[in-house]
Amino acid sequence: MWDTNEQMAADDLARLQLDRLQTMVGRVATHVPFYRNKFKEDKFDVASLAALDDIRRLPFTSKQDLRNNYPYGMFAVPLRDVVRIHSSSGTTGMATVVGYTQNDIDTWSNLIARILTAAGVSTHDVIQIAFGYGLFTGGFGLHYGAEKLGASVIPISSGNTRRQIQIMQDFKTTALVCTPSYALKIADVMMDQGINPNGLSLKFGLFGAEPWSEKMRQEISERLGILATDNYGLSEVMGPGVAGECQHCNGLHVNEDHFFMEILDPATLEPVDPGQVGELVITTLTKEAFPVVRYRTRDLTRLLPEPCPCGRTFRRIERITGRTDDMLIIKGVNVFPTQIESILFDIEGTQPHYNLIIEREHNEDKVTVLIEVVESIFFDEMKKQRTMVDHIKKRLASELGVGVHVKLVEERSLERFNGKGARVIDKREL
Amino acid sequence: MRVEQIAVFLENKSGRLAEITSILAENNINIRALSVADTADFGILRLIVDKVDEAEKALKGKGFTVGKTTVIAVEVPDRTGGLAAVLDCIQKIGLNVEYMYAFVNKTGENAVLIFRFDDMTRAIDSLQEHGFTILESSQVYNL
Ligand SMILES: [Zn+2]
Repeated sequence: MWDTNEQMAADDLARLQLDRLQTMVGRVATHVPFYRNKFKEDKFDVASLAALDDIRRLPFTSKQDLRNNYPYGMFAVPLRDVVRIHSSSGTTGMATVVGYTQNDIDTWSNLIARILTAAGVSTHDVIQIAFGYGLFTGGFGLHYGAEKLGASVIPISSGNTRRQIQIMQDFKTTALVCTPSYALKIADVMMDQGINPNGLSLKFGLFGAEPWSEKMRQEISERLGILATDNYGLSEVMGPGVAGECQHCNGLHVNEDHFFMEILDPATLEPVDPGQVGELVITTLTKEAFPVVRYRTRDLTRLLPEPCPCGRTFRRIERITGRTDDMLIIKGVNVFPTQIESILFDIEGTQPHYNLIIEREHNEDKVTVLIEVVESIFFDEMKKQRTMVDHIKKRLASELGVGVHVKLVEERSLERFNGKGARVIDKREL
Repeated sequence: MRVEQIAVFLENKSGRLAEITSILAENNINIRALSVADTADFGILRLIVDKVDEAEKALKGKGFTVGKTTVIAVEVPDRTGGLAAVLDCIQKIGLNVEYMYAFVNKTGENAVLIFRFDDMTRAIDSLQEHGFTILESSQVYNL
């Protein structure tokens, strides 16, 4: 373990969080006009923040709020105290700008050192960082943390796959940091070049910065012969290092001494029951230059309440399973298409192809899941085939919380969609 | 003793069965026996053909979901009581029939009954013990 905080008792952690939260809220009320005005509008008295639960009286911060305060409006320190500036890409609108003080960089490096340690990396490792170096937080974030840890860092940045592989061979890289899809690309190119990954020194892969699946993890682990762990972060909150998996690969430990997490129903903004899927909302507890209060990540996950065998007490979240933008409300229940996808994946053992059709009949929502039949769910016996359909129906109903109709269709008969909101055909006229 | 059968998933859309038979014909595959089990939503087509692997490959190549299972073929004289004798015996032994279908061979002398049992080994043994003729797979493919 990198530091002792990772094994904090729940009481001690709660005390530390409250202490840090009070300080942080006091600071933003003084130094960030956006929060000062919000608190005033909401008649929120900073001095009344007496328990962690009081966080629910604080306002939310959205991506749009950050955009509206472009570039430096959300900074809580003068620029002379800022030693680093990063920016998130503006693919869906205006970019957002985030800053770090020297203390922030030190904290960030420590948190990265934590997740690297948790994933198995040590001072003996040669770590190849194939995240982009630049305004994106991935490259520099991992870089400083890996140096802090004392690993030997190869700051190769992203791209040029053949060169990545060459360096991996020559420099005897033992740990690879990149996006999961890039890891598969590397595996593909190795195969094209006739390079056997078992002949390399690679042992660990730390993947993040994009959504991936358990199936991808299996594929990466098998093809590259490494232990593949997931890590999570977003530039608005810090960058990578918010949460990361240990070697048990069973979900991501959240660095709760620096980030307060809530998992909320995106529609009502009330907490979901423990273990239910909801939107991850993060409050930074120690950030100096760019603190955020209840930042709505739009990322969906759920709490994994069981203790982890590794001994870390920080609670775990499941890998990000989707975005709130994809959420559907059916019969008043929040349904996420990615839940359906993972249930079907579980049953079929392969990437499912399905459509979700929502209709309104007699003022009631009717949900039909059309599933392309594959060999693993197809039987020559009618009895077994019907049992399989019932089994799928029951699992979907119990895990989604709404009854569904299931209809099997022939392979390749459903339209292939790409991108968001895919596979959902909402015929309701409201 | 065991005969390979292929099963194909069918949505109840018109023309699909014809499509399958023409794919098989194009690949010079002959259908020996065929049965369809269906519900309101979907159907399961079961086929016995002379070239099992080729048929499986051709149909999968055209996007059909294909499964392979083994069944047994029992030959009985095509006269009154032929079928009844087999069914009677099966019931007495207490074998569980998952499904069955029948066809008459080219000469028209004998009927062939295709069975899928939950316990295939026991079914073969006991039917033979009771004197029924179970066809070899090569006999069935070349009927
Ligand atoms: Zn753990």
